[in-house]
Amino acid sequence: MNPGQEKLVYTLPKCMNDIPTHFCPGCHHGIIHRLVAQAIDEFDLQDNTICVGSVGCSVFIYNYIDVDSVEAPHGRAPAVATGVKRARPENFVFAYQGDGDLAAIGLSEIIHCANRGERVTIIFVNNTVYGMTGGQMAPTTLVGQKTTTSPYGRREDKEGYPLKMAEILGSLEGTAFSARVAVNNIKNILKAKKALKKAFQVQLQDIGFGFVEFLSACPTNWHMSPLDANKRIETELMPYFPLGIFKDKINE
Amino acid sequence: MSENKERLLVKGNEAIAIGAIDGGVECYFAYPITPQSDIPEYLSRELVRLGGEFVQAESEIASINMVLGAAACGKRAMTSSSSPGISLKQEGISYIAGSELPAVIINITRGGPGLGGIQPSQGDYFQSTRGGGHGDYRTMVLAPSTCQECYDLTIWAFDLAFKYRNPVLILGDAILGQMKEPITRWKEREINPNEGAEWRLTGKKGRKQRILKSLYLDEGAMEQHNLRLYKKYKSMETDLKWEEFMVQDADVIAVAFGSIGRIVKSTARKLRGQGLKVGVFRPITLFPFPYERIRELARSGKKFITIENNTGQMVEDVKLALCGICDCGFFANMPGKVSTPEDFIQPIKDQFN
Amino acid sequence: MYQDVIIAGFGGQGVMLIGNILAYAAMGQGLNVTYMPVYGVEMRGGTANCTVVISDEEIGSPIIFHPRSIIVMNQPSLNKFQPRLVTGGLLIVNSSIVDTSSVPKEKYKTLLIPVNNIADKLGNIKMANMVALGAWLGATKAVDIHHIEDAMTKMLSSLDHKLIELNKKALQEGFNIGAKKSEI
Repeated sequence: MNPGQEKLVYTLPKCMNDIPTHFCPGCHHGIIHRLVAQAIDEFDLQDNTICVGSVGCSVFIYNYIDVDSVEAPHGRAPAVATGVKRARPENFVFAYQGDGDLAAIGLSEIIHCANRGERVTIIFVNNTVYGMTGGQMAPTTLVGQKTTTSPYGRREDKEGYPLKMAEILGSLEGTAFSARVAVNNIKNILKAKKALKKAFQVQLQDIGFGFVEFLSACPTNWHMSPLDANKRIETELMPYFPLGIFKDKINE
Repeated sequence: MSENKERLLVKGNEAIAIGAIDGGVECYFAYPITPQSDIPEYLSRELVRLGGEFVQAESEIASINMVLGAAACGKRAMTSSSSPGISLKQEGISYIAGSELPAVIINITRGGPGLGGIQPSQGDYFQSTRGGGHGDYRTMVLAPSTCQECYDLTIWAFDLAFKYRNPVLILGDAILGQMKEPITRWKEREINPNEGAEWRLTGKKGRKQRILKSLYLDEGAMEQHNLRLYKKYKSMETDLKWEEFMVQDADVIAVAFGSIGRIVKSTARKLRGQGLKVGVFRPITLFPFPYERIRELARSGKKFITIENNTGQMVEDVKLALCGICDCGFFANMPGKVSTPEDFIQPIKDQFN
Repeated sequence: MYQDVIIAGFGGQGVMLIGNILAYAAMGQGLNVTYMPVYGVEMRGGTANCTVVISDEEIGSPIIFHPRSIIVMNQPSLNKFQPRLVTGGLLIVNSSIVDTSSVPKEKYKTLLIPVNNIADKLGNIKMANMVALGAWLGATKAVDIHHIEDAMTKMLSSLDHKLIELNKKALQEGFNIGAKKSEI
């Protein structure tokens, strides 16, 4: 191509570091990180953001997104984010949590954070397994799904049912925005970005608590190829975890 | 210093809350538990009136993690609780220590183990001075014995927390929390807007990104981190604090802390009245512990007895201090027993034989 | 100067209030003082009680097993605390409701005062506690009465401020009796 004819159509978000990630091939964390970084850029928040990291595959978010960051104990990110936001209400504060972190050990923290209507944004990555520790059963593991600690498949009479966090949090008065999205195809990625920006907006406009649940693939622990994992999002996850907006106070 | 030297008659718990106000606390997060609920009751009223942040958290775990978040922003942040609640906070305290953040934690203890009861107990000495949570860390531990000290040491705790970027724990009990005594407020509340400017999170505008964390996976990194922490804990010895009460000419020294430390003073006076030269050595910093001073006193030929409201915890530190010089007597009032000066007369007398 | 007192009675007799007032007054007089409320399970034993220690020196224990004086407003308090009183100590008994035949008189400086009746005559039986406190002050002279009056204003809720003058009267009445009886 001749000089001058080049047209940049796709580039690294400004607030993202240009380094390889530790994520497995086909993992959706990378896409979700990128969407978060784009949203930070589009709202021009890089200089003003404080990120709360959590425990799980997402722990290294502070290596990838170039913003001030603090690490929370397992499940406690919403409490840490509360402390940060109360201390510095002028900052944009978000936490990024996986399903074990948010929906199991940290269920109390997320419910109460949302219920207080904390002006924070929580990004929740639901891939139906504990990824970092090697694919154990998560609170979002589907009934029948085999994991290293549900070798016979999740049994509803013993382990109960997967938690629908976007619906649960959407039902709370303090929640200003709650949605479930997926990033398994371009169309869904675009929708996801729109939802994510709304979850930012409710904080920026001081409306309330913002929440987005991402259905995410974990080919490694699902023992699938990235393509099959992508398909599973559509065929197995979405029927139980429907995409949609469960609360939107912006449009009220 | 304030011109207003008016004395206030307040509970130890209130003295701590007032000390927190005058010490510049900006964010306070807590969960109610007896016998310290006067602290959240006072601060929910007074701190909020001053424009500070108060959240009654959903749990002890959430409250300590809110402290972590506020501390990461360089704010003077505090939580308070009582023994079972402090157990729940240990995870967060470990992370705060590991991330090298300043925080003040108040423990107005209950008896244990388990739910125990609200009677006095010094059963949390080990938990307080040995870190308390997982990992090889230490918190600074301050043990007041008067309501004035509750006030003074809370102010000092904030300064120490920022000096060392480390959690500082105040260890009191229900006697101290519930008794009233006059205090003098000597410190004017002031907020230093630049505190922690070199490490706190504000958003990265105009500088490089800051990461406050306790995860060290790279080879050698955790080792280096622990070495740095170890050196920091050693350096805390420059802030050792203790009280010597009639120690100079004493033949027997009773070592006791907190409420027992003051009750034993009354015993010592009674015994002096009977012609027995008794002194009291009261450690005020429990970590770091004044090993060297106790050793010095032992070298001058004095005898020691440790008196505690537990089955024998601080006595281990006293014995470490005395190691090889002399032995240390020990007398225990079980957690749950309300101690009086009379309880300690015979055990101290026995040391003279 | 050193004085300590355990004040005990039924809940509602205002023993904690007069303990607080005494502590506040001692502070007003520039003395060291500790106030220790009834503690833990003791609260379920039928008595409310508190301990006040006043001294011009540093106060060690706020908890006293053998007090130098006690004010007992009911029978269970007498039964509980009288055996702990030091020999020669001051024992003030609410003789309106305590069986006076059960009160030992030789070992102690015992003042039997019908504080309920006195308060009732003054217009409000609730002021029995003030009469008792007045009697204790009259007998010990530990704190100046005007500091007590200042403390009342501070400690009584504003709703009760209209009762202050009457309370002062009750205090003075008790003081006179205490001073007179302790001279004998």
